[in-house]
Amino acid sequence: MLAFLARRLLTLALTAWLATLVVFAVLEVVPGDPALLMLGTSAQPEAVAALRHQMGLDRPVPVRYAAWVGGMLTGDLGTSLTYARPVAGLVTERLEITLPLALMAMLLSAGLAIPLGLLAAARQGRAGDWAVMAFGQVGIAVPSFWFAILLILGFSVQLGWFSAGGFPGWGMGAAPALKALLLPAIALALPEAAILARITRTAALDTLREDYVRTARAKGLRRRTVLLRHVLPNALIPVTTILGLQFAFLVAGAVVVENVFTLPGLGRLLYQAIGQHDLIVVQGVVVLLAVMVVLVNALVDIACAAVDPRPRVAA
Amino acid sequence: MRTRRLPASLVLGAVLTALVVGAALLSLAWTPFPAEQIRVVARLRPPGPEHWLGTDHFGRDVLSMILVGARNSLAVGAAAVALGAALGVPLGLAAAVWGRWGDEAVARLADLTFAFPAVLTAILLTAVLGAGAVNVVLALGLFNAAVFVRVTRGAALAVWRREFVRAALALGRGPLSVTLVHVLPNVAGVVIVQATVLFAVAILNEAALSYLGLGIQPPSPSWGKMLGDAQTFLFTAPLQAIFPGGAIALTVLGLNLLGDGLRDLLDPRHRSSGVL
Repeated sequence: MLAFLARRLLTLALTAWLATLVVFAVLEVVPGDPALLMLGTSAQPEAVAALRHQMGLDRPVPVRYAAWVGGMLTGDLGTSLTYARPVAGLVTERLEITLPLALMAMLLSAGLAIPLGLLAAARQGRAGDWAVMAFGQVGIAVPSFWFAILLILGFSVQLGWFSAGGFPGWGMGAAPALKALLLPAIALALPEAAILARITRTAALDTLREDYVRTARAKGLRRRTVLLRHVLPNALIPVTTILGLQFAFLVAGAVVVENVFTLPGLGRLLYQAIGQHDLIVVQGVVVLLAVMVVLVNALVDIACAAVDPRPRVAA
Repeated sequence: MRTRRLPASLVLGAVLTALVVGAALLSLAWTPFPAEQIRVVARLRPPGPEHWLGTDHFGRDVLSMILVGARNSLAVGAAAVALGAALGVPLGLAAAVWGRWGDEAVARLADLTFAFPAVLTAILLTAVLGAGAVNVVLALGLFNAAVFVRVTRGAALAVWRREFVRAALALGRGPLSVTLVHVLPNVAGVVIVQATVLFAVAILNEAALSYLGLGIQPPSPSWGKMLGDAQTFLFTAPLQAIFPGGAIALTVLGLNLLGDGLRDLLDPRHRSSGVL
């Protein structure tokens, strides 16, 4: 296990480093002067020169990269031009919305998909299976932002149960905040639940064919007990891996869905930073999102390896 | 002679995809109204005999915009897939020959692809290069290339292990010749299935980016932008938010079913149950 852990942490560090390299390289290829792009063509030359100095554009590229990565390691993501505040502070504030949103979406997705996938596997080839597989196909095809608009149309415009957007803040109490996050979380969860239900079904079908499941049935255990005690725990390993990978899609989806519901999260910060040409914020947020995704995937791999020895042996 | 039944998903997927492609082709020759024609006097009309799907806030005919939107969506999706395949397939084939270094490079590329989902890559690139269809194609194409590398290499490695490839090597053929004559034709099926799936993903992502205003730029119609505009008028013209979303969902559903059906046809071991 220790060797697996060391190898996984090494690849985690390597991928995170590659992610910083990609983001830095992309922003290096900005056509023209990034400082001029941010301030606009009508900016005073002194202001442009000052920003160039602040961004380190007057230093060699490797020095600038080292300083940027070094800053990130100490929690310094630079200072936003639009907000005139450290990006790290802005990100921390916005994470208070995006993280609970992603977590809620993950819980909803798993809570819906795992029982549906098990049901489909238990009723393979019958109506229940077909219904779950149809849900899988339709759920993947429906864009989350369209589903979000439909939810607003149904639950805000027609029924008036929820507000059409905005966030009251955690200071007003957990209930109104969670209520504001519920529709966005449902919109984000749908495509992920559709994929996860299909994965759960396949994993459960694979497990159902195992000898120990047949033995459990042969010794008289009820089908339901076999499903919950033997099939579910084994099917959960691939499901957990996919759930970890889906975190990346939830984060990317949040950028769009937060805009549908005008939630002031990390996605909306990124979107607004693009409109404002605030490249320092874009750089900081994108690299943070990428590193978060890499970290979650590594944690999921380690968790899976802790309960299932096969990946450790393969490594 | 025993005939093989086509998978139902293939038939349904092909019909849906043919409908969308037909709509896109039709828009080249005919639309009920010019898709970019603004008629403020006819703004936000509900569906009726004159405008079958109604009009938007500029009085533009929604059906005409959906037909032209199909063309734009398919063009961006096809270009993103073509770019991805053109970059990714040769690299994937080469990585299968490289052995351990190929393994490491592809594993790191896979990790990086997961760290940067397509929408995030596209947002990063549009932040730098500016919004527009060409930059969306570039961003989605790069993301697709990484997926093609992984899939092609996996399929190519399986072909390299087969007897006839070993025989060709024993007969003195070089790696390049074996790759072109034996490996490429045998991975083509997997690549085509993957291309269908990525086509659907590209259409979804293009719509999301256009919704955010980072994709296809006005006045050219796009389904994502139409949804973005419709959201502003949810209280007065709720139907405007239904049609473009339905068009996206049907297109993606058709392509996904087509991909599943092709996979079942090419590799019956993966056969899913029934239509879905």
